Amino acid sequence: MNSLLQIRGLAKRFTRGAYPAVNDIDLDVLPGEIFALLGPSGCGKTTTLRMVAGFERADRGEIRIHDVLVEGGSRTIPPEKRNVGIVFQDYALFPHLSVLKNICFGLKGKPKAEQLKLARAVLQLVGLEASADVMPSTLSGGQQQRVALARTLVAEPDLILMDEPFSSLDPVLRENTRAEVRSLLQRAQMTTILVTHDQEEALSFADRVAVMRDGKIEQVGTPEEVYNCPQTEFVARFLGRTNLIEGVASGCMAETDLGRLRLDRTAWGKVQVSLRPEHLSLIPPDPRAKRPAGQIVDRAFKGHDITYCVRFPNREWIVHTDNRNQFKVGEFALLTALEPAVVLKSEAGAEPAVALGAAD
Amino acid sequence: MPNQSWKPHTAHPPWYFVLPAVFVSCSLGFVFIYLGFRAFSDGPAALWELLWRERTAVLLWNTLRLAFGVMVLTTLISFPLAWLTARTGLARYRVVSLLAILPLAIPGYIMAWALLSLGGDYGIIQRLGGGSFPRITGYWGALLAISLYAFPYLYLNLRSAFLGMDPAQEDAARSLGRGPISVFFTVVLPQCRPAYLAGTLIILLYVLGDFGSVTLMRYETFSQAVFVQYSSLMDRQTASGLALLLMVIAGGLILLEVRLLGRMTLHKVGTGTVKAAGYYSLRPWWWVLVGLFLILVFGSALVAPLFAISFWLIEFPPAGEMPQVWRGLKDSFSVAVPSAFLAGALALPLAYLGVRYPYGRGRALERAAYFGYAMPPLALALAAAAVSLYLLPFLYQTLFLLIVVCSLHFLAEGMGPIRTTLYQASPRLEEAARSLGCNPLTAFFRGTFPLLLKGMAAGIAFVFLSVMKELPITYILSPWGFHPLAVNIWDLTNEGMYAEAAPHALALLVFSLIFIGFLMLREKRI
Repeated sequence: MNSLLQIRGLAKRFTRGAYPAVNDIDLDVLPGEIFALLGPSGCGKTTTLRMVAGFERADRGEIRIHDVLVEGGSRTIPPEKRNVGIVFQDYALFPHLSVLKNICFGLKGKPKAEQLKLARAVLQLVGLEASADVMPSTLSGGQQQRVALARTLVAEPDLILMDEPFSSLDPVLRENTRAEVRSLLQRAQMTTILVTHDQEEALSFADRVAVMRDGKIEQVGTPEEVYNCPQTEFVARFLGRTNLIEGVASGCMAETDLGRLRLDRTAWGKVQVSLRPEHLSLIPPDPRAKRPAGQIVDRAFKGHDITYCVRFPNREWIVHTDNRNQFKVGEFALLTALEPAVVLKSEAGAEPAVALGAAD
Repeated sequence: MPNQSWKPHTAHPPWYFVLPAVFVSCSLGFVFIYLGFRAFSDGPAALWELLWRERTAVLLWNTLRLAFGVMVLTTLISFPLAWLTARTGLARYRVVSLLAILPLAIPGYIMAWALLSLGGDYGIIQRLGGGSFPRITGYWGALLAISLYAFPYLYLNLRSAFLGMDPAQEDAARSLGRGPISVFFTVVLPQCRPAYLAGTLIILLYVLGDFGSVTLMRYETFSQAVFVQYSSLMDRQTASGLALLLMVIAGGLILLEVRLLGRMTLHKVGTGTVKAAGYYSLRPWWWVLVGLFLILVFGSALVAPLFAISFWLIEFPPAGEMPQVWRGLKDSFSVAVPSAFLAGALALPLAYLGVRYPYGRGRALERAAYFGYAMPPLALALAAAAVSLYLLPFLYQTLFLLIVVCSLHFLAEGMGPIRTTLYQASPRLEEAARSLGCNPLTAFFRGTFPLLLKGMAAGIAFVFLSVMKELPITYILSPWGFHPLAVNIWDLTNEGMYAEAAPHALALLVFSLIFIGFLMLREKRI
């Protein structure tokens, strides 16, 4: 399938000589896909989004929408000609216009009757037909959010960009709104790019996720892929808690502190691997096992699961187990891996040749 | 790292915002340069000689003496007044803060007229049978006239500083074992410094630029000398030299202020919210003192001039003078209304550049407006007269030139409220409009401009009010046969025709009192 949005070698810096905000990224977003750009603040995700929208000029690289070059070389198509909709963090509703007029804003040029018909239809879609004539300031945050989305949808853009759209909602409202918006976008088969720093939001909202760091893309994949098979230490850490282990790999096994571990792919020599806390489990100490047991130093009961912190002579491990697995603080236990450990690329990017301070 | 040295794209403001801003800074810059050119026209030796004349030293000494006196007197009035209306039970009576601002409606030359007409032979006091009371003139006259008009500038700044302070800091100091007086000197007072400096700067610039009060009071300062050289001796080169010197002194003051302010960062550290400041309670006998203080201040700043106007109007009904008053009102309007709208139209793009492109050239262009405001109006008017006389003779003595100079000078006043509303309008609004199909200009007018209308209205009203009161610029640049109220008041007072000046003063006061009251209530400054 041809990608709807194609980004090649995109780069941008704000001041000469400064570290680039966006540093040579490539991206492809497929039609109808909900795509998340995930990363910590300052990683360049919003700058990328604003370049796609046309609010920032790219220093180099190309952006194509439907195979049309919108940004690249000396060419830049102004935002109003790109047919790209955007939903801002603060919604940017026009405070001097009623909800209905806000929605009609992007329909200028069409006959008045048709404008009203389309606007009413989209208001019904977002469930706000009763609020057509009120001013935006009288609406709640979640309602304002839906008006902003309706205003963008009604203009029938090729692509919708959402810049941290849920971050100004309170947590209770956030989860519901997110689900509503997601089903709306899916029904409209709208290609969407979501920018967020919230890993849970990206994983639950998007079909695919790109994890960004320091202006570069670290990994692209489905939520399951990036969570379960992080390629770098940064991705492993950013998408949730994890245990990082150094070991010596030979083929599909590695020798580590935890004993011999199965690996998700073959590797040789010194490696760093990641094991999610829920991919570990605790078993009672066994005198026949050659491995040392660890002592439970912390235990947090969370209802459906329990998080343990287990201390070994040289480090501590985090373990999520289901609530049937009961150990007390101070007890000793053995760790076992339930899933293969994920081999991470070393920070330098190439061979994992760096001598990591492995345990003796 | 490879490829790390490319030159980034920078965002450029659209030309239609830049063009008016460039016009403003170019005209002001040109006027300034031309003034320098005139001053040097007889060679640098002549200017050097002017600088080292004994007379120049006397003028400098007189100007500084007056500036210092005004600074002390306005501080003595404004500081207690601001504290009382912000931090004691007096704050509940908004009428007190309104009264404290109203003197701004009574320009220095009307104060001077009122003071002059009170004492002396055939003065109000003598006519009322009060015996011979000396006429207040000279240093003390100028000092009183200027201070009683200008103190609200300092008062407003200090009051917002008192209101904006985080009372939790005072509570913290108290809990650390300091008494209320110690807290005042160690916590409250140091935080007033930026407000004090800003307010004092405005007042000092006014002292430098004002010639209405000093000429009427026959007190010789720089601006008075510039005026005399210009109007009676027609010595344009000396006038230009002195005017240039005036600008240099004003520039020095501003640099000093920037240096003093630059070292201070006085805001709240941390993220807690600020609670409303509590009131101090005063003992009953303190209220007696406060009452006397208020009577003294408002009596001299408000009651005295209003009483003088009423007295002259009742004793000498101004039937014969009325045609001139109506003409004066019409002339004042015909300069103030277009100037206000022109200033509003120029202030909008300047404020936009300053707020939306707050770096490099955008900020520099915006600063041009403050440059124009800081230029002593007398010097600006002289320079503009010279430019039009020698370079653009078709503009000389035209209403158009008067309007342009007035709006350039007062641009900064119009920009204040526009900036405030512009800061509240998120740039995302225009971007949303762009993504919904508007070009940049339409996006501005449909997405942002409607939100700026209130600020525009306030800005235009501020400039209107200031141009109505403005004397130096209108005096020097008025076309032949053009007699705005401000000029009439000065002329008649200068001739000693106090009774005839009264209806002109009343006409001006009616407008400025209404506007000041309206604006201050709207801007929530009271």
